[in-house]
Amino acid sequence: MGSITLKGVTKRFDEVEVIPPLDLVIEDGEFVVFVGPSGCGKSTLLRLIAGLEDVSAGSIELDGQDVTGLPPARRGLAMVFQSYALYPHMTVRKNIAFPLKMAGMEPAAIDRKVEEAAKVLNLGEYIERRPGQLSGGQRQRVAIGRAIVREPSAFLFDEPLSNLDAALRGTMRLEISELHNTLKTTMVYVTHDQVEAMTMADKIVVLNRGNIEQVGSPLELYRNPRSLFVAGFIGSPTMNMVGGETAAKYGAETIGVRPEHLNLSMDGGEWSGKVGVSEHLGSDTFLHVEVDGIGTMTARADGEFPAHHGDRIGLTPDVARMHRFDASGAAIS
Amino acid sequence: MARNVTTGQKAFWTLCAWTVGLAIFFPIFWTVLTSFKSEAEAVRAPALFDFDWTLENYATVFDRSPYARHFLNSVVISIGSTLLALLIAVPAAWAMAFSPTRRTRGLLMWMLSTKMLPPVGVLIPIYLIFRDTGLLDTRTGLVIVMTLVNLPIVIWMLFTYFREIPGEILEAARMDGANLKSEILYVLTPMALPGIASTMLLNVILSWNEAFWTLTLTAANAAPLTAFIASYSSPEGLFYAKLSAASTMAIAPVLILGWFSQKQLVRGLTFGAVK
Repeated sequence: MGSITLKGVTKRFDEVEVIPPLDLVIEDGEFVVFVGPSGCGKSTLLRLIAGLEDVSAGSIELDGQDVTGLPPARRGLAMVFQSYALYPHMTVRKNIAFPLKMAGMEPAAIDRKVEEAAKVLNLGEYIERRPGQLSGGQRQRVAIGRAIVREPSAFLFDEPLSNLDAALRGTMRLEISELHNTLKTTMVYVTHDQVEAMTMADKIVVLNRGNIEQVGSPLELYRNPRSLFVAGFIGSPTMNMVGGETAAKYGAETIGVRPEHLNLSMDGGEWSGKVGVSEHLGSDTFLHVEVDGIGTMTARADGEFPAHHGDRIGLTPDVARMHRFDASGAAIS
Repeated sequence: MARNVTTGQKAFWTLCAWTVGLAIFFPIFWTVLTSFKSEAEAVRAPALFDFDWTLENYATVFDRSPYARHFLNSVVISIGSTLLALLIAVPAAWAMAFSPTRRTRGLLMWMLSTKMLPPVGVLIPIYLIFRDTGLLDTRTGLVIVMTLVNLPIVIWMLFTYFREIPGEILEAARMDGANLKSEILYVLTPMALPGIASTMLLNVILSWNEAFWTLTLTAANAAPLTAFIASYSSPEGLFYAKLSAASTMAIAPVLILGWFSQKQLVRGLTFGAVK
């Protein structure tokens, strides 16, 4: 079991309120991702759940039990840190065994569990090495191993992949998702990378200045962003935002059109523009188009789309998938 | 950017360094040399090696004073005060390094400021307290005084070391179920061991060489080697050769310790100066 309930959780550092009163329910077994720009309070929120920071007001419940006043060790949670936070003076074996030793487990049982974890995480041949002798990916696996052996009620990940290179990040993303499928344990994952959020989460919590902007499944957030902030944050490349008379024509203060929801044509369209930089990815091409009377828009085209720098093309938005926002930035349903 | 240093400049600075080094070493060298001279030769015009070498001074010093007892006192006082200081300083430095408050910096500066006070300023109250509590001329008393005298430096050094340890590692230990004792014992201390070792070494040397408190608060029982040296500077006149022999015997252990641990000491004293 590993449901987490936050009730009116507030965090203040001196006079600065970084997390205004916030309510959130994380169901048992869910993979929840906190996402948002730097300084939005996502790591602070995770640390509050972990018990590494004290809440200023409100309460945190784990499986219905109030743990607000409990120290981190007694919450039954495991955390994987951005910097791995391995013990540099201990071997991989001792690193993974440390939480079990702290729990007072028998040495024979510790050995067995460490061997199991090392096997699952492919760390067998590195087990007697120290963290300094491992690569970034291996270190992250040790950190995960240290978390797994505790059999926690929930895992907390604080931007665990941000120190890895792009290729390794992709592999580790899959490994963590696979781990979630195998263990079926609640995972709370903090990232500023919306690709990680979209690909891993069952539920995404978008945070902005300590407030929850929206909670939903990745596709819900993609399809129905409730605010300009969420619309701009979810989706890659980011949504094109258009204001002024163009938006007014659609009865909105601002309209949002995703790059993949613009139909392109060499023979004209609703809007017309001149092609600037083209990013060829093979399967797709992202065109940065200077649209007359609107400004720069990004459009996703087929990899074979024949436009070149300086060509004039037509762009027609898919109105059914267009997002409309009022003056306050809230979506118009 | 690397600075271009010409061979001439390098030679000049090497010469400067050697000159300073020799100037610092010379009194020790001269003391050792004098300890092998007769009293008559010791006061005569300086002769470097051209004199009659003798071990007579060492024999006399051994006969006249209980060297072993002074040596043991020095060992007990320097090691005892170092261990006691560490016992207090490790948790103090831990708290200041990992849970700093707005007043931490001020507190550290205040601690350091006590080192700027001339010791004689607190001599009378300490002497009276020691007299009334029966701590005069006891090893326990000197261990306490040496601990108090060196505590600011020990806390400062450990604080500097601890700050180099990423806080996330200690948080990871907390998440892994470590209580405060386990966190300090299994994670912080092993990681800061080189720093703790340098701090211990420096503190042992400082306590070993301390002369003000050891001379004023001891008589016969707890007198360490500093008092042993001072006993050869008497109102009846100076006996340079014997004084030198006593000094050599007093500083030899700490010189040897310093020689073998110089790498640790240099690292300890310059730690945190460059990242």
